[in-house]
Amino acid sequence: MNLWRVFAYATRHLYLYKRSLPRLMEVFYWPLLDLLLWGFVTVYLGRLQTPVPGFVTFFIGALILWDMLFRSQQGISVSFLEDVWSRNLLNIFVSPMTQAEYIASLLVISVVKLILTSTVMITLAFVLYSYNVFHMGLSLIPLIANLIVMGWSIGIITTALILRFGQEAEVLAWGVALLFQPVSAVFYPVSVLPPPLRAVARFTPSAHVFEGMRSVIASGVFPTGEALWAAGLNAAYLSLAIAFFSWNFRVVKKKGLLVKIGE
Amino acid sequence: MCALVEVRGLTKVFNGVAAVDNISFDLYEGEILGLIGPNGAGKTTTLQMLLDLTTPTSGEVRIFGKAIAEDRAAILKAVNFSSSYISLPHSLTVRENLSIFARLYGVAKRAGRIRELALSFEIEDILDVPVRRLSSGQITRVCLAKALLNDPLVLFLDEPTASLDPDIADKTRRLLQNIKAERGLAILYTSHNMKEMEEFSDRVVFMDMGRIIAEGRPDGIKERFGGASLEEVFLKIARGQAR
Repeated sequence: MNLWRVFAYATRHLYLYKRSLPRLMEVFYWPLLDLLLWGFVTVYLGRLQTPVPGFVTFFIGALILWDMLFRSQQGISVSFLEDVWSRNLLNIFVSPMTQAEYIASLLVISVVKLILTSTVMITLAFVLYSYNVFHMGLSLIPLIANLIVMGWSIGIITTALILRFGQEAEVLAWGVALLFQPVSAVFYPVSVLPPPLRAVARFTPSAHVFEGMRSVIASGVFPTGEALWAAGLNAAYLSLAIAFFSWNFRVVKKKGLLVKIGE
Repeated sequence: MCALVEVRGLTKVFNGVAAVDNISFDLYEGEILGLIGPNGAGKTTTLQMLLDLTTPTSGEVRIFGKAIAEDRAAILKAVNFSSSYISLPHSLTVRENLSIFARLYGVAKRAGRIRELALSFEIEDILDVPVRRLSSGQITRVCLAKALLNDPLVLFLDEPTASLDPDIADKTRRLLQNIKAERGLAILYTSHNMKEMEEFSDRVVFMDMGRIIAEGRPDGIKERFGGASLEEVFLKIARGQAR
């Protein structure tokens, strides 16, 4: 793998954020809106003397962490769509950049976008609600890492589907991650789910992350088991996502669809 | 002359219909080869297979003696492509775009190379302008500059002068001819401009319904089909009046 090419392609997206107001808004506007809306709802519900201890902490923490997964996925799918929209995809695919380098640079872009967005959210949560996400301490590292990797898997699969079905499948880039939100038990414990969905949650890495987050906030105990489960599932899903992308890329080339994306 | 691109028995079947049907030809060092034919003749599909964007149903493409499907990254370092149907990221300036592609192709002394190409394609005054503010002719010139960034040995062009005014189109052809003469650049290109094809190509491959129906120097093709110009030959073939 040529890292020079990986970073060259990632630079293309950094230039974009420097110049495009709509893209910059994607980093700041939506997270800000989410945080304002749900943050104030949480504060209000907190004042109703809910029986759940640390209600505000659970909710805002979950909001910030969920946004990390969402941005991680979008960092991949939307970055790919940028090349579709600007009719630049063929320039990339006729360059010496390999498939692995292409995926690697999407991952780099995703991390950069995530850092930008999370910095905004964490700062605003502190300013508006005096909420300090870092009170979770070092436990945050495995929790966030697992969410990022799950976002990558969803992003890679979404990108593969857009490659296969063209721009009509673009809507997947905005909606697929949300499909996992109910079973991720972001704002409630997994035990609330009906048994069939609880079984699905067991195989959803983010569900283990949010269970872990609640445990850390409530008791200060980091649930190693949950983190390991999430890591194991993520390793399997990421491998499957990359294998699916590769297989799909071959199918797309065979069907002559690569040149039709964006038409 | 050495064949830089060898195409043997290349076939592509989509849903039971052969878009490209068992074609073979070579592209030699220092040669400009025109690929012509009516719409649906299979020119674009052929170009896509040469660039490994579409997988052939059967047959083989070898560039620099290596199979493109097996040695893709190494081959594409010395190959480039431009088409009037593709573009570049709109929010980035011309310089930023060229700089990114120069990095992707591993070009040393990027700034100097970009300046040199900007002068050749008369785009030096728009280097710091975002692509979205350019006319289609300017974008085509920027894409051509991108296609020459890596000093390719083989250049594939899909209707490269389609959106250029006659003056810039002529300058572009001259520039490509000069590079060909100086460095032995091999160019395979498609165009519907038969006059350009006739003047610019050393040799043409005439395709119709996925097959090569004639191949040779433009004069030879005109003689064979009894046309005063390639355009006349094209019309005869497209209307099924060819001998």
